Amino acid sequence: MSATATAVRPRRRAPRASDGSPMLLGHGRLPRVLAGSALVVLAAVWLLPFVWAVATSFQSEQDVAKPGLFPFKGALTLESYERILSRGNVPTWAFNSFLIAGLVTLITVALSTLAAYGFARGTFRGRRTLLAVTVAAIMVPPQLLVVPLFKQMLLFHLVDTYAAVILPQVVAPMMVFILKRFFEGLPRELEDAARIDGASELRVFLSVVLPLSRPIVASVAIFVFIGAWNNFMWPFIVTNDPDLMTLPVGLATVRDSFGILYAQSMASALLASLPLIVMFLLFQRRIVKSVATTGFGGT
Amino acid sequence: MTTTAPTAPTGGAAPTGTPPSTTPRGRGPFRKKDTAGGSSGLLFVLPFLVFFGLFLIWPVAHGLWMSLTDSSLALRDTAFVGFANYAEAFGDPDVWRSLGNTVFFTLITCVPLVLLALAMALLVHSGLAGQWAWRLAFFAPYLLPVTVVTLIWAWLYQPELGFGNQLLAALGMEPVGWLSDESVAMWSIAALTVWWTIGFNFLLYLAALQSLPEALDEAAVLDGAGAWRRLWSITLPQLRHTTVLVAMLQVLASLKVFDQIYILTKGGPNGTTRPILEYVYDVGFTGYRLGYASAVSYVFFALVIVISIAQLRFFRTED
Repeated sequence: MSATATAVRPRRRAPRASDGSPMLLGHGRLPRVLAGSALVVLAAVWLLPFVWAVATSFQSEQDVAKPGLFPFKGALTLESYERILSRGNVPTWAFNSFLIAGLVTLITVALSTLAAYGFARGTFRGRRTLLAVTVAAIMVPPQLLVVPLFKQMLLFHLVDTYAAVILPQVVAPMMVFILKRFFEGLPRELEDAARIDGASELRVFLSVVLPLSRPIVASVAIFVFIGAWNNFMWPFIVTNDPDLMTLPVGLATVRDSFGILYAQSMASALLASLPLIVMFLLFQRRIVKSVATTGFGGT
Repeated sequence: MTTTAPTAPTGGAAPTGTPPSTTPRGRGPFRKKDTAGGSSGLLFVLPFLVFFGLFLIWPVAHGLWMSLTDSSLALRDTAFVGFANYAEAFGDPDVWRSLGNTVFFTLITCVPLVLLALAMALLVHSGLAGQWAWRLAFFAPYLLPVTVVTLIWAWLYQPELGFGNQLLAALGMEPVGWLSDESVAMWSIAALTVWWTIGFNFLLYLAALQSLPEALDEAAVLDGAGAWRRLWSITLPQLRHTTVLVAMLQVLASLKVFDQIYILTKGGPNGTTRPILEYVYDVGFTGYRLGYASAVSYVFFALVIVISIAQLRFFRTED
């Protein structure tokens, strides 16, 4: 954690002024102290569950079972992590989560960028109508689709396959809309220049438009990945085979079997969240900025 | 996995280092002359439309049809029943009860999720040191999968050894049945939800604060306005639009609650935390009545649309 902090800091220095406005508090000392204390208390409350979970995960089950408010009740041990990783399913579920979230991201980004470009620059008949339907679909809560989608998967004989988990997740009208708005803002001149050179539309898209859109495409990819990694209801409903489950679904099914094994339960929780925490530390600026500029990511 | 079209751009998207180089002669599928009035745009949209039709339009239409039948998970013939499912839903006390639970949950989560997020953003924006650390603390839970959140909070809420009751014991108070007491369980789930999801609203507010012009604030300082005065008269009014956005998104998100409740309490104790979407799940996948479940979910969808329109109206007349 601290390594990333030092790595990030030099880049953060420059836009310091926009990071926080000292004006807000004025020059008095009292408001500064009050604001500081409020912030510290809030952050402590927010970090407490993490601290508690981490502390629990590094102890033996016997020590965890001792009463007391102080989270460290005995010697530190990696026992629970060893148990979890040797206990069969967790590595499989982690693999599934990476595979499924990765493929969902890849396919969603491919479909959405292409469609967004087509909507932004295309002139085909019915463009407006199709776009309106796509935008209206943003309103449809995914939970509404669960029952009919399940029936559909029964019909296609896809229940308990990777395809059943992945395919319904790649339709992201919101992302199409966000990308379309971005593509429309790109200067047409660059595209036209490539066209005059004889480039095909696909070529223009791949070597002019996409390189110019790297930040927004990266933001979309990050949010799609987080969403797919965290998705619970659909994978939960469409997989019964433990070998096909994602980490969140798998952990939910064995939650009860952890019983009173709280150290292992916390170790598994932390292992499952590790990839996302690492991702946030790596892409913090990108994530913060994309929430800011597009307001997407709402669950 | 998919058809041929999407694989090509993916290959191009990954090594984005490719400069917008001199493009080779038009050898692609669509020629330049197609752009003006041709079909090239449609071909770009087509792969998406195929998936959109298969996995969004079809299920929406199919679900609507199913809600008019007695469709079941059990393998037997399906019969058209007209609006019987809807009639049943409106007379079903469990529908009303779970709708009530959903609305209650929405009320007790939206208020803190908007106001506390605003307070956090204002505090972080006030320029104290350690920006990235505050942001990480408030936003990190948002990144966690629901199972992780519920595992951690189930442990905090654990009746004998959990942090909650250990803290109460240390203060000399009686333990609380965080998830087993009918009058407490929904509040416990609301607390978990606020902790888990506030980061997104917090970032929206923080971004809005950072984009506010500083000139107004500076002018007010010159006029001798104090910190509180400037907060109330300058900063907060400028955040109106953000608040509208945050509140609307939050109401919709809260209405859709299912995952954390299903995992933690399965709607219990005694149905006091069961939201409408869990009722859909219970009826459809445990009770095998897919037709009725579809009808209930469309009633819910209608509610969501009505609330969205009401919100839009309300905020528009406010402006």
